[in-house]
Amino acid sequence: MTAHESLGERLIQQGISRRAFLKFCTAMASMMALPPGSAMAIADALSKTLRPSVIWLSFQECTACTESLTRSYSPTLESLIFEMISLDYHHTLQAAAGFSAEKSREDAMHNAYGKYLLVVDGAIPIKDGGIYSTIAGRTNLDLLQEVAKGAAAIIAVGTCASFGGIPNAKPNPTGAVAVSDIIKDKAIVNISGCPPIPAVITGVLAHYLTFGELPELDDLGRPKSFYGETIHDRCYRRPFYDQGKFAKTFDDEGARNGWCLFELGCKGPTTHNACATTKWNGGTSFPIESGHGCLGCSEPNFWDAGSFYSALSMPAGALKLGTAAAVAGVAVGAAVSVANRAKKQAAQSAHRTATIADLKE
Amino acid sequence: MNEVLLLTWVRSTGLSIATGIFVLGTLWRLIEIYTLGRKPDLSVPRHRAAASGLHTLFRRSLPAPGMFIRASASYLAGYVFHTGLFIVVLLFAPHIMLMQSLTALSWQGLPSQFIDATAVLTLAAMLLVLVDRINNPVKRFLSTFEDYAAWALTFLPLLTGYLASRHLLLSYTTMLALHISSVELLLIFLPFTKLMHAFTLWISRWYNGDINGHKGVPS
Repeated sequence: MTAHESLGERLIQQGISRRAFLKFCTAMASMMALPPGSAMAIADALSKTLRPSVIWLSFQECTACTESLTRSYSPTLESLIFEMISLDYHHTLQAAAGFSAEKSREDAMHNAYGKYLLVVDGAIPIKDGGIYSTIAGRTNLDLLQEVAKGAAAIIAVGTCASFGGIPNAKPNPTGAVAVSDIIKDKAIVNISGCPPIPAVITGVLAHYLTFGELPELDDLGRPKSFYGETIHDRCYRRPFYDQGKFAKTFDDEGARNGWCLFELGCKGPTTHNACATTKWNGGTSFPIESGHGCLGCSEPNFWDAGSFYSALSMPAGALKLGTAAAVAGVAVGAAVSVANRAKKQAAQSAHRTATIADLKE
Repeated sequence: MNEVLLLTWVRSTGLSIATGIFVLGTLWRLIEIYTLGRKPDLSVPRHRAAASGLHTLFRRSLPAPGMFIRASASYLAGYVFHTGLFIVVLLFAPHIMLMQSLTALSWQGLPSQFIDATAVLTLAAMLLVLVDRINNPVKRFLSTFEDYAAWALTFLPLLTGYLASRHLLLSYTTMLALHISSVELLLIFLPFTKLMHAFTLWISRWYNGDINGHKGVPS
């Protein structure tokens, strides 16, 4: 298939029915909280659109973002993503290797300069000139800056690309940062999550292809339609939170009854993502449904935000000053007490008994 | 600093500093107050004082004859907000988790809807006592900056906690960080303001009752 074919032509070639395509468009419209009528607009726009060239750069990452996208069940909405785009460069998925791989990136950049989409997964190390991660002898920093120049928009996939993620966690030895910390003059959409939900990537691309612009974003650059609410807001265990019913351990009666996991450290109340509604593994479940609290992986600095197993209302670290404060408190109290007694004794010593003569004066 | 880092800071370093100052200040004040001592009263007791102290602990929570009518706002709103604070602070599950992590003691909480309703009532009662303090010329005359500061230090944790739990005004993460910050401010200033009555209340009542009983004043 060439990049000059429209998506509609491609789907017809592959034997995908109009009905299946409309179902896909309706699902996209629903996920992005668009009006029901917009499904037809999406279908119309997508069927006519030419597949945009996409360059996917992988930096300091673990490939789980790509795994998330490719290992979903089949047939999937996500599988259609590869029909919507021309994925011209991706380390893990492309057949080409070595110099020819780099050439395919350069060709893609040259052929669609100013129009291609740049997808980035992984953080970018910038300490010591960015030498801690290189591709084909070039630093991630150098590569990102070059490819970003000709991109129409950038999609930062995963928490590492969006916020620095695990490479950025303390002590951050490589100086890892997010895409938005380096690129300031391009539209960037952050699809955070460790890994992110495949349907969110699809949704953002569908929105871009349909409307020619990125969807409405929150203050962290994430699409509001997917990150507008917290996991806690949409959690099926929320009624138990409201009733004050909590699992105390992972295998107690509360856990078996499916009670709220807040006390086991669930970060659902502070985590914005669509896991509770979109779910994972083809709609099977999401972490909380499997009995484990949310880790908060789609939020910045989630790795440094205290133990995964401490409730949000509990201290995020050891309270180190307790003993020293108690000793100091007793010492100050004792010192003030001694000073007060000395003052009292001094006042008693200085006391003169009043006489009749004093009163006459 | 983003909201997650802010929340993490107030849950770790901020809480560490606040609890440190709270422990230091409370021990300091308690030791200072209770080592002041009093001259031994060598007079013959006019009344058996044994139960006077104990009786006064409870008697002082009830209005003096005729006072409830004269200062109904103070008494009614006072009861509501003190009881409300007790319920919200000690019987809300996330708060119990904090106490458990600090003291290893745990107890059963109440449903969050009940806590929500109690918080609203408590907020209303606190606003009422503030309005009463400002409107009543005598109370206004007697009030100092410390009185208003003590009110604000108590009101803010309640307000931010309610806003956080209801997801109002700001994101939950930011509001939770503000809530914990306001609690930390309360912890820091509690030992050095009139809010210290949370600790000294019972002993001072007992002391007053005991002294009065010794002098023959009915408790």
